[in-house]
Amino acid sequence: MYPARFEYEVPATLEEALAVLAERGDDARVLAGGQSLIPMMKLRFATPAALVDVNRLPGLDRIEEVDGQLRLGALVRHNAIADSDLVRRRNHVMAAAAPWIADPLVRNLGTIGGSLAHADPEGDWASVMLACRGEVVATSGAGERVVPIDELITGMFTTSLRPGELLTQVRVPIPSRPNGGTYLKLERKVGDYATVAVATRLEVDDGRIADAGIALTSVGPSNLHAREAEQVLVGEHPGDGLFAEAADAAARAASPRSDVRGSAEYKRHMVRVFVRRGLARAAELAGRTTAA
Amino acid sequence: MTTTEQPTTPATPPGIGGIGHSLRRREDDRFLRGAGRFVDDIVLPRMLHAAVLRSPVPHARIASIDTSAAAALPGVVAVVTGADLAAHNLAWMPTLSGDTQAVLATDKVRFQGQEVAAVIAEDPYVAHDALDLIDVDYDTLTPVVNPRQALADDAPLIRDDKEGQEGNRCYRWEAGDREATDRAFAEADVVVELDTHYPRSHPSPLETCGCVADVNPATGHATIYMTSQAPHAHRTLFALVAGLPEEKIRIISPDIGGGFGNKVPIYPGYVVATAASLLIGRPVKWVESRSENLISTGFARDYHMHGELALKRDGRILGLRVNMLSDNGAFFADAQPTKFKAGLFHIVTGSYDYPAAHVVTEGAYTNKAPGGVAYRCSFRVTEASYLIERLVQNAAYELGVDPAELRLRNFIRPDQFPYRSPTGFTYDSGDYARALRLAMERVGYDDLRREQAEAREQGKLIGIGLASFTEVVGAGNHKEFDIAGIKMFDSAELRVHPTGKAILKLGVRSQGQGHETTFAQIVAEELGIPATDIAVQEGDTDNTPYGLGTYASRSTPVGGAATVMVARKLRDKARVIAAHLLEAAEEDLEWEPGRFFVKGTPSRGVTIQDVAFAAYTNFPEGLEPGLEGVHYYDPPNMTYPFGSYIVVVEVDAETGQWKVRRMVAVDDCGVRINPMIVEGQIHGGLAEGYAMANMQFITFDEDGNCIGSNFMDYLIPTAWETPRFELDETVTPSPHHPIGAKGVGESATVGSPAAYVNAVIDALAHLGVRNIDMPVLPHRVWAAVRDAGGSGGGEQGGVPPAP
Amino acid sequence: MKITVTVNGVEGSYDVEPWVLLADFVRTHLGLTGTHIGCDTTSCGVCTVMLDGTPVKSCTLFAVQADGRAVTTVEGLARNGELDPVQQGFKECHGLQCGFCTPAMMLVSRALLDRNPDPSEDEIRWAISGNLCRCTGYVNIVKSVRWAAEHAATPATATEG
Repeated sequence: MYPARFEYEVPATLEEALAVLAERGDDARVLAGGQSLIPMMKLRFATPAALVDVNRLPGLDRIEEVDGQLRLGALVRHNAIADSDLVRRRNHVMAAAAPWIADPLVRNLGTIGGSLAHADPEGDWASVMLACRGEVVATSGAGERVVPIDELITGMFTTSLRPGELLTQVRVPIPSRPNGGTYLKLERKVGDYATVAVATRLEVDDGRIADAGIALTSVGPSNLHAREAEQVLVGEHPGDGLFAEAADAAARAASPRSDVRGSAEYKRHMVRVFVRRGLARAAELAGRTTAA
Repeated sequence: MTTTEQPTTPATPPGIGGIGHSLRRREDDRFLRGAGRFVDDIVLPRMLHAAVLRSPVPHARIASIDTSAAAALPGVVAVVTGADLAAHNLAWMPTLSGDTQAVLATDKVRFQGQEVAAVIAEDPYVAHDALDLIDVDYDTLTPVVNPRQALADDAPLIRDDKEGQEGNRCYRWEAGDREATDRAFAEADVVVELDTHYPRSHPSPLETCGCVADVNPATGHATIYMTSQAPHAHRTLFALVAGLPEEKIRIISPDIGGGFGNKVPIYPGYVVATAASLLIGRPVKWVESRSENLISTGFARDYHMHGELALKRDGRILGLRVNMLSDNGAFFADAQPTKFKAGLFHIVTGSYDYPAAHVVTEGAYTNKAPGGVAYRCSFRVTEASYLIERLVQNAAYELGVDPAELRLRNFIRPDQFPYRSPTGFTYDSGDYARALRLAMERVGYDDLRREQAEAREQGKLIGIGLASFTEVVGAGNHKEFDIAGIKMFDSAELRVHPTGKAILKLGVRSQGQGHETTFAQIVAEELGIPATDIAVQEGDTDNTPYGLGTYASRSTPVGGAATVMVARKLRDKARVIAAHLLEAAEEDLEWEPGRFFVKGTPSRGVTIQDVAFAAYTNFPEGLEPGLEGVHYYDPPNMTYPFGSYIVVVEVDAETGQWKVRRMVAVDDCGVRINPMIVEGQIHGGLAEGYAMANMQFITFDEDGNCIGSNFMDYLIPTAWETPRFELDETVTPSPHHPIGAKGVGESATVGSPAAYVNAVIDALAHLGVRNIDMPVLPHRVWAAVRDAGGSGGGEQGGVPPAP
Repeated sequence: MKITVTVNGVEGSYDVEPWVLLADFVRTHLGLTGTHIGCDTTSCGVCTVMLDGTPVKSCTLFAVQADGRAVTTVEGLARNGELDPVQQGFKECHGLQCGFCTPAMMLVSRALLDRNPDPSEDEIRWAISGNLCRCTGYVNIVKSVRWAAEHAATPATATEG
């Protein structure tokens, strides 16, 4: 209920923030939306010696289209993504996922950068990014590094961010070909974590699947990139039989745990169901869109 | 279209606002402005804060406790352990079921979350810092996680503190007639059996439990602000437990943010805070967190039920047999009338007319929180109603009869009331068939059955679930009902001021049920004083008459009756004064709301306000001045609200998810004082029924760890998941209640879970599915469909596997 | 740490430790007890306040994060003693029973109506899906918000409907 004591830093510029992070090292945690970190601190699962509040840093809350990419500042709030016309037009998966993160109040504060840096295996954005070939920008006193999502998430609540690095931007390629995607999430109620969730994306070129993205939430030690399932699809014509094959491959890749939300068998089954349904929806949307 | 014995037009005009008016609530004004006064809002000078250290393990001996580091933390005033309390004979306290419960553990911890030590500090952050510094050494023991394991021969003994306790049984109780039931079963063509676990749930009002204990060091007088649904009973119990003289204890139950039975038991936190205040000489506040509330306070349900229904081929029910095993946790602390170890569970015979039933109940200790009677259960009627309505539904499938038709064939008929049930209840009044028919009409039942059949052809799953429940509320008559020895009457004290306004003081205590409005309406009805001129006061033991509080839907049946009676006493006295003012004989006066007038000369009259003024200024010779009275009401019987609910669901067989397409609820609670408030109570209950049916439960893993001790795991539906409800009513007054009212607060929670579950089962019945335990989670539905032909894969859900 | 916060339109300077939650600051330091605390996992929403007009869970923010910003609590809904239409709606339509979730529900509803003056029932249920109620089953809360939408800036009339 009551967090332990800590020191509080609230830098006004990115330079200041990076300097503080470099100085404090492991003693400090970054406070962005705080909607994952503060609950942990209240239960005393996290007791950082210092919090570095990055909410005052200017310029980190923009959503823009640059060089064929959708670029979102790390401080973009989940609701801003859900309300964004640009995101709706450029990325079906993100537009589908954003409204289902936590609840409307948490979405007013929680950030996409914070969520990815937190690396909760039951978190939604990492799966979306894996399916969409997203990458993040990690900034430090030494400069900027671009890190693909596959390389960012290294385990449960762990990332490859180095000490002194701050995640400042999320980048997602905007497909040039007809495309579609969605995020299907089985949750028992608004605000629940996913029992199972699946991000699916298809790009279609001249009737065949040119690129596919499939990623799974809550069925492994971290968000799972279902690469074998993607490979089943590339080069083929979209169709129910093909989607079922990809669904099987994705289910095989998943390693869910039996718990109060369901047996491992059930969760594997749901991966299959959501991959099939998600691919069908992606194909339907791809059939409707023209090149951007 | 509803036919009623209650006139659809209220007897009083809106300006008076008596019974039947949907008056807007008087209490709203402060809540809308954020000016409610809940326990945690109370701040007293020099107040300290208490925090409780709880056991992380479910069953262990305490090898040692070291509090020295905690006590040395700046800002900490005291650290209290069980040993400290034992020195004052406070380490154990009596429960409302004749058992004892540890205040702070001494020898052993017996459930995960049990209170082990407490810190008293200047502010709550420091108190929680100090909790981290207390070092407890536990020698863990094998945990007992379910009652069957508890009653096995080799089970670890949980209550080794109780002299003479062998094994883990905490009670055995039965009702009905075994021989008559055996004979009935011998005649049966069909016997339908059901094994079902009503999972552990928790009332979880949004305000947790807490208190501010203020023992005045100079006078020894204790004022305890407390989340209490029963302040007078609590005061008496405090006096017995703490050894403080009863006249030196004042319990004030201020605004309460929901009770639902969670605020009836006495919790260790209250005792610790009071003892600390007494010893330190400063006020002490204890307010628990949500996790503490869910893991340690009065839970609900956790009944393992086996039911058998005997029927003839023509659908006639012959008899019922029930064996029930309850999981009572580590201490038998059910808040229920002492005579009934399983509450009123033996009303499990339900709304149906048959002569024989036998109910055998047993309770077991387990390593879980104590409690069990809570969460709008009317003393276990939730469990009973669920079992019978599920059995009847399954019997319909077995016989190939429509579930509504089977019920209609067996309902107790209106001419059979008052109806003596095979387990000893005397149902006061009812018309069950009328309620069900109205529900069927509202939902379009016949069309739905056709639609269901067509949908099945296309592999689409629609289910229609029914529940026709009979409730029993209004505890209760002195012959049968007492809590810790105190009989369950209730009281009302009414004073009319010289200016004609009034104040009503009650022994019950609202936690959101709107008493400040509804009870004023009762007085308005009887005396014709506008309801808005009547202040209603509850909750302060110094300023209200003795009553047993609000739970089990008893306020209107008992407290409401007391209010009617005291108002009528005052009206009788008012007549004497009116006669004096009008210089007429009492028998020559007529009464209309708010006014006495001379028969035949209506213009010659006096208002109740005139009479009130005269009671102080111009009263007849020999008459006691004033206009005030008190009435203690011992109800002659319980009241029996009832209803029929119909739920329509669509089931996605692939994912196991189900959605409520429609929920039609027909309720009969007799005369409705404020229809708007009655409907609000029903909405809330239907939502809670949905919660239990769909997602909400507490369970345990095989190591005795509680799953469901926070809101991430204990799921309360939001507005997004909660279905829409369609309400209708019939009105069958209670013949023995002075205004014909029955209670209603819990009806929907009692009756609706079976309706939701029956709907899902109905969608899958053609596949052979006969049972899925609550909560009917998607993975359970999926497993049931996959294993169709069996009984849901035999999965019992919330019954944890023993280690 | 010294912070400056505008609460319900009134600016003030305060000295508060960084670990004090905004909900505690509002309740204890400012004595505004209309904002409530109902859980410890950021799940129930009864602590909702507006931060620069956006509804947030005040139990999951530190008071220091409100430095230089504007906080609105339930006590700030009424203007010059006149109830906001949302507050009137909750009274007209019996949108509260125990009152514990009510401040939060009203603030979220106010924020919704400011964005979307004519919301559908689904939109209302979605907007309040971060706020739990145990008493009402949400039915009359939805009606209350619809009432407020239909009676924007109209004084309440009857005591009975």
